[in-house]
This record gives sequence, structure tokens and C-alpha cells, in this order.
Amino acid sequence: MHSATEMLKRYTIVLLLGGALLLVLLLVLGLGDLAVASTDAASTQAAESVEAVTGASSQGAPRLSEGDYPDVGVSSRSLVWLVAQLHLFFAALVLAVPIFVLVIELIGIFSSDDRYDDMAHEFMKITLTSYAITALFGGALTIALVLLYPDFMSYMTRVFRGQLLVYPVLFFLESLLLYIYYYGWYAMRYGQRKWMHVGLGLLLNFVGLALLMVANSWSTFMMAPSGVDAQGVVTGSMWEAMAGHLWNPLNIHRFIANIAFGGAVVGAYAAFKFLNASTAEDRAHYDWMGYTANFIAILGFLPLPFAGYWLTAEVYAYSQQMGIMSMGGILAWTFVIQAVLVCTILFAANYYLWTGMTRTDGADRYQWLVKYIAIVMVLGFLVWVTPHNVIYTVAEKAQLGGGHHPILAPLGIMPAKNIAVFLMLVFTFLSFQIYRRADKVITVPWKNWGNALMVCIYLVATVNIIFAGVYYGYYTNTVYKVGSSVMQVASTVVVIISGVVIDTLMFKGAEKMPVTWGRVSARSQYALFALPVVFTWLMALMGYVRSAMRGHWHVYTVMRDNSPDNYVPTLAYVGNMVSLSTVIFLTFLLFVFWVADLSNVRQIKPVASGLVGGDAR
Amino acid sequence: MKVLIQICSFGAAMLIAFTVTMYSLPQRRGEVPPEPKAVDLSQMTMGDFVALGDDLYRNRGSCPLCHNDLGRAPDLEAMDVVGELEKTLAKPEYKGEAKTVEEYLRESMVNPSAFVVKGFGKKGSNDTESPMPASDAPPAQLSATEIDAIIAYLQDKDGYKVTVTLPEASKEEDKSTETASAAAPAKPPEFAQTPEQALAKYACGACHTLGKVESVVGPDLNTVAQRLSLAEIRESIIAPKAEVAEGFPDIMPDYGARMSVGELEMISQYLFQLGDHGSQASGNTLPEEQASNSTGDHSSS
Repeated sequence: MHSATEMLKRYTIVLLLGGALLLVLLLVLGLGDLAVASTDAASTQAAESVEAVTGASSQGAPRLSEGDYPDVGVSSRSLVWLVAQLHLFFAALVLAVPIFVLVIELIGIFSSDDRYDDMAHEFMKITLTSYAITALFGGALTIALVLLYPDFMSYMTRVFRGQLLVYPVLFFLESLLLYIYYYGWYAMRYGQRKWMHVGLGLLLNFVGLALLMVANSWSTFMMAPSGVDAQGVVTGSMWEAMAGHLWNPLNIHRFIANIAFGGAVVGAYAAFKFLNASTAEDRAHYDWMGYTANFIAILGFLPLPFAGYWLTAEVYAYSQQMGIMSMGGILAWTFVIQAVLVCTILFAANYYLWTGMTRTDGADRYQWLVKYIAIVMVLGFLVWVTPHNVIYTVAEKAQLGGGHHPILAPLGIMPAKNIAVFLMLVFTFLSFQIYRRADKVITVPWKNWGNALMVCIYLVATVNIIFAGVYYGYYTNTVYKVGSSVMQVASTVVVIISGVVIDTLMFKGAEKMPVTWGRVSARSQYALFALPVVFTWLMALMGYVRSAMRGHWHVYTVMRDNSPDNYVPTLAYVGNMVSLSTVIFLTFLLFVFWVADLSNVRQIKPVASGLVGGDAR
Repeated sequence: MKVLIQICSFGAAMLIAFTVTMYSLPQRRGEVPPEPKAVDLSQMTMGDFVALGDDLYRNRGSCPLCHNDLGRAPDLEAMDVVGELEKTLAKPEYKGEAKTVEEYLRESMVNPSAFVVKGFGKKGSNDTESPMPASDAPPAQLSATEIDAIIAYLQDKDGYKVTVTLPEASKEEDKSTETASAAAPAKPPEFAQTPEQALAKYACGACHTLGKVESVVGPDLNTVAQRLSLAEIRESIIAPKAEVAEGFPDIMPDYGARMSVGELEMISQYLFQLGDHGSQASGNTLPEEQASNSTGDHSSS
């Protein structure tokens, strides 16, 4: 037990470090804005003088023609698209991993189990290698944008002004903290020093979050410009340009999505190591590591639909046209693909949990539930991917008696899909719950009541999700359809929260059955490989949708895109771009895994005979 | 190495499956609407002005994106706009400042929140705030003349008298803009050279299913040859009210006065030849599909 004074000291250190960082950030932002304000005042005065003489204003967004875009022989949009996507993949990984590494580090401290600490360190190793690649793609993106879209970049620079100084400062701080955090891991492993290390981790995450938010502000400004007037004339401060209508919804969405993505990637690393492991000890370690990473990925994934829902609702609130463009217009089919991808993630996550139950003999008690969960998942998938209408031949149309299938068409609209999605989430949680229960024998005297309560909650939530979807979706006006989602979200959240609370109380004093880490099939590890492949593809696809819903605007309604690539491309083209960026990312990722593994290899000193020595790990 | 090959094959199989799925979906390229350009207002007749309003309503204004039968906004094409608005103006609930239908329509476009029809307000605003963007602001950014043209179209479509005055050529202060296609009537008429151009020019796909673009407002044109002879197709274009297809509203404008004889013949022949080959023809991207894509107005999931 630590004394209260000692604990106080530790928290003071952490708080002081966090406070110092916030102060630095505020100063940098504030000074940037002050400098900008004075520059603005001077430039406004100068512009007014020019306007007085020439009668023209040059402060708005530039109106470009096709000739204003440099022609490099290949599609500029495709080049920027590819580089930006790769930068985003690695940036997401680099910013996400330290978040859950810090949490794992804290678990290690409070449980006094060094295994957690070692695992957290191993996760960071992947981040460190990825960091340099992130910076390389970031630099390439900047060069590509400046070379290929010079006028657009010039305008964005004018809007964001002082932020261009803040970003490198944050990047510098991130690098500094990342290196100290990783290389200082074992130098600050115990006692007071460990808390210093935790403080560094906290600072690292603060800076990472600030970087994420700064980068997001450019994307959201392009979708929902703020701090400028209808002609693009800068009327507000840098802060006003940043804090646009969609900024926070995107911040939250990307923050959560990054955690899920990061978890999936490190899960693949664990699976890679598991399949290559030669000893039972290594298999056990990497099995446990894979399980933890999968847990993190799914924990990040479950709230993602809610964050996505909020972002989409805000897009509709900002511009109904932009919303309809994405979900009811030319991009609508991408949401059917999204359904396929999300279902693949849920299938992989569930399959991993079901196969993982073989680690303990206690799983036999719950195996019977698996087939019912599988049925719900398959039915949910089928409903989710049912389109509202498809292209029929004339003969087919005549046979159907219209453009819509009489039975399947009702399954193609959102209320049916919402029912499917929320039931799939609820039953994925059930898989997780039986997995957690598999190695425990509950002993509390009220266990039957507790189980009955849990069954009731599942039943009520299922009925509620179906009723809300059917009633609001099919028996009320379109404008009330959105109301069903609130009830469905609430039902899903109630199941998850009450499930965790009831289980936590029921697990008190429970008998633990032995868990044999490493006793899983090699096939189960492919579920861990499926997750990053699907997450990566999904991230690229939905990132494209978010960007494409602006249509032919660099900055929506303010700066028109008149480049040769200003049209919305076909889905096949999008599929090619998304797959290409995913392949390149995964190839780099294999390199990262290989490099991380290489650092464990020690060459044995050659013997005197001159023979080259082998490797030792 | 074996593990590496296995996981690479596994990942590649997944990526191929996803990409093939993308290829299996309808492939359409969303075209960009032309930039607004100055219009010559001289010699514009009321028929041209109404046609301009029709074009602006469907294309640059993107009005049918929300004003359709999905309940997002009042379905202007299906309703008797002038008749309904006269009733609304007489109601005590009406809070706007308009006294006539023309003023009401202008007010609803320039200041959509002046009065919001019950049930169509922004969520949580208790119908005090409209989700509709002002038509004179981006993205539509219509000029006063263009707004008048849409009012003229909405009055004309149900056979009411058009009350807006025609724009005068001498009104140089009015910085009227217009799309390239809509500018045609003001100049010596530019006739369509191909059936696809003609179909796009008269926005047939806005109401009829044509090619891959679906619309349930009017009968399916891909299969029209199975129902009508060549002469009947011709007649249905120049005198649509002579015989209205069962189950469809009587809202198709009379194209007799707008189309050239050559255009009428091209469209009639084209639709007649679609016949049983409609499905094959629908594989081609028709210009009106592209126009529809640019507004994002197609139904899917």
C-alpha cells in the first residue's frame, strides 16, 4: 500500500506536467492568433488602400480555371488521394497506440503484473517504426499539395495562418515525447520514476490529440467552412476557422476509430508472432497479446456507429444537400459496401471470441448459445446488405411488377438496417459476455436472479429495437424515422452497461477455472488478420465518402474545384484506389513488423574457425 | 516464409473480394454542373422563361433532391402549388410577410425560415427553422431573375397564370446567370444533335425511368415500346394530356411548343428502338444520368 502523501506527490507530478503542456499549447495558439490579428490588421489596411485605388478585392477564395492546375501527366487527385490516405493510415496508428498503451501501462501498475508493462512496451515498438513512415508520407503530402494544388494551398494558408506555426511545434513535441517515452521505458520502470513515465505518456497523448484536432480542422473547414464569408473572404480568427460545425463530430469519430484501428493492427502483429512462435511460452504470450489487442479493437469499434451517426446528423444539419449527396445520392452504394465490411468485422470478432473459448474447459456451458448468435449475425448481415432497388432487366422488371421487389424492398430501407445493426451489436456483446463467463464459476447467492435479470434485459432490448424500427420506420412519417434510432441506441447501450455492471457484481468471489493461453487454433489467428485488412479498407472508403460529399468544391460553396478531376468517380475506380492504398499500407506494415522483430535478433559472435555465426533471439 | 505467404494470400483474397464487389455495383460518374455564365435576356418569351425555371428547378437548384415524395419537404411536383399556397396564405398560422403566391414563393426561396410548413422544420426547432438553404446563397446561388424563373415554372406547371414579369434586356444591373443548357432559348435555338442530347436537354429522366436512372413520377421509358407504337410515343410527347398512363399523375408538360421536329423524331425513334433492348441500352451512361448524378438524385439503399 502506498501512503496518501506518496500518492499525492505522484498525482501532483502528473498534473503539473499536463498543466505545463496545456499552458504551452494555449500560449502557442494565443500568440499565433495575436500575431495573426496584427498581421490581419496591417494586411486589411493595405488591402483597403489597394481597393480604394483599383476598386477590386483580392481577399476572397480564388476562382480557378482548368489551366490553373499544373498538369503532371497523371491524375493529380489520385496522387494526392493515395499519399494522403497512406499518411492518414500511419498517423491513425501512431496516435492511437499510445492511448491504449498508457491504459495497459496503468493496468500493469495497479495489478503489479510486469507482463502488462512488457506488452505495452512491445506495442510501442510498432508505433516507433511507424512514426518515421508517417512523417515521410506527411512530407510527401505537403509537397504534392503545394505542387499540384498551389492556389488551393495558398488560400488554405491564408485562412489558417498562425496554425502553420502551431503544427510543427506540436509535431516537434510529439517526436520528443515519443522517443523519451519509448526509450525511457525501462529507465523509468518502478516507483516514483514510473509515475514520471506515465506523466510523459499522458503528455504524449495530449499532444497527439492536439495534432489530430489541428489536422481535422482543415478537413472540416473544406466541408463546412467557418470564419470566412460566402466569397471566402477571411472574416474570423484562426480559431473560428478551426472550430467549424463539423470539427468536434469528426474529432470524436476519428479519435474512437483510431483506437479500433490501432487495436486491430497490433492484433495482427500478435497473430503474426503467434503463428511464427516456436515455443509454447511464446505462443501463450502472443495469444494473450492478440486477445488484448482484439479486445481494444472491438471496444473502440462498438461506439463507432454512434459517433458516425452523430457526424452524419451534423452533416445533414449543416447542409441537407451534402447529406443527401452522401446517403441518398451517388455515394449511397458505398454504404452497402460499408455494411459488408462492418459485418465482416463483427463476424471476425465473434469468431475469434468463440474459438478463444477453447482456452478453458468451462466454455462447454455456453457453447450452445453460439449457434443462435451466429443465426442472428447472418440474418442481420443479409438484411443489411439488401439494397432498396437494383438495376433489373426489362423482363425481370415486368415479372416483379415494378422497380422494387415486393418482399425484399422494405428490407432495403434504413429502419430495417438499423434493426439489423443494433441486434448484431447486442449479440456481439453477448459473445463477449459468454467469453468472459467461460472461465468462471459464479458463486454469489443471487446468481439465478442475476442471470434472470440479464436474460430479461436482452429480451426487452431485442423487442424494443425491433418495435422501434418497425413502428417508426414503417408506420409513421419519414421525418419521425430518426426517432427510432434514439430508442435503439438507448437499448443497445443499456444492454452493454447493465451487462458489465451485473457481471462485475456476479464475478465477486467467483471460482476461476484454468485458462491455457496458446491453446487456440491457428485458424482463429486469421480473424485477427481480417480485422486490420477490413478496418483499413473501410477507413479508406469512408474517408473517400466524407471527402466526396463536397462534390465539385475544394471548400464547400466557397471555392469551386475546376480541376480536370473535379467529378465524382465511378465505384470501380474508387475500389481500385482504396485497394491500392490498402495494399501499400499493409506492405509497409509487414515491413514494420519485420523491423520490430529484427530488433530482437542478436547475431552470435563468429567462432574462431571463421564460420559465420547464427542468430539468437 | 510459409506463414507470410499464407497471410498475404488471405489478405489478397479479401481485398479482391471487396474490389470485385465495387465492380459489380452500378458504375456512374458524377458530372459537375457547368459554371454559371452571363445570359442574354433579350428576346426571351414567357415559354422560354418557364423552361428556364424548369431547368433551374431540376438542375442547379437541385430542388427535387428534397421536394419529392419521400417526405423531406413538400412534394412540389405532385401538389397543386398555387392552389395550396392560396389556402396557406389565408390561414391565421401563416407568419410570413407575403400577400400573394408569387411573394410567398419568393419569400420561401430567399428566406426559407420566414414560415415553415408544419412538420418540415429542422429537428428540434419546433418548425421555426427550415432545413432548406436560401436559394440566393451557395450552393445554388440563384439570381433574382432565376428565382423569378422558378416561380414562373411553379405557377405554370399546374396551368395557373404566371404573374412574374419577364426580365428586361436593358436591366443591366441584374447580374443574371444561367446554365449553358438553359441559356439556349435566349439565343438562336441550339438543337440537340443526338437522341441522348435531346433526352438530356428536356430532362426526361427527371420523371421517367430511363437507362439506369430510376424515377417513379412517370412511366418507365426503357419499356415504353412494349406498350406504345411509334405514333403513340410521339403523341404522348407533344400532347401528354391526351391520354395519361394509369397510375401516374397528369403533370407532364406539353413539349410540342418547345421541341424541334428533329428532336421529337430523334427521341421517339430512340425510345421505340429501346424496346426489348432496353436493358442493354441502359448499360450506357446517358447524359441525363450524369445530370442526375451531379444532383445526387437517385434512389438506392
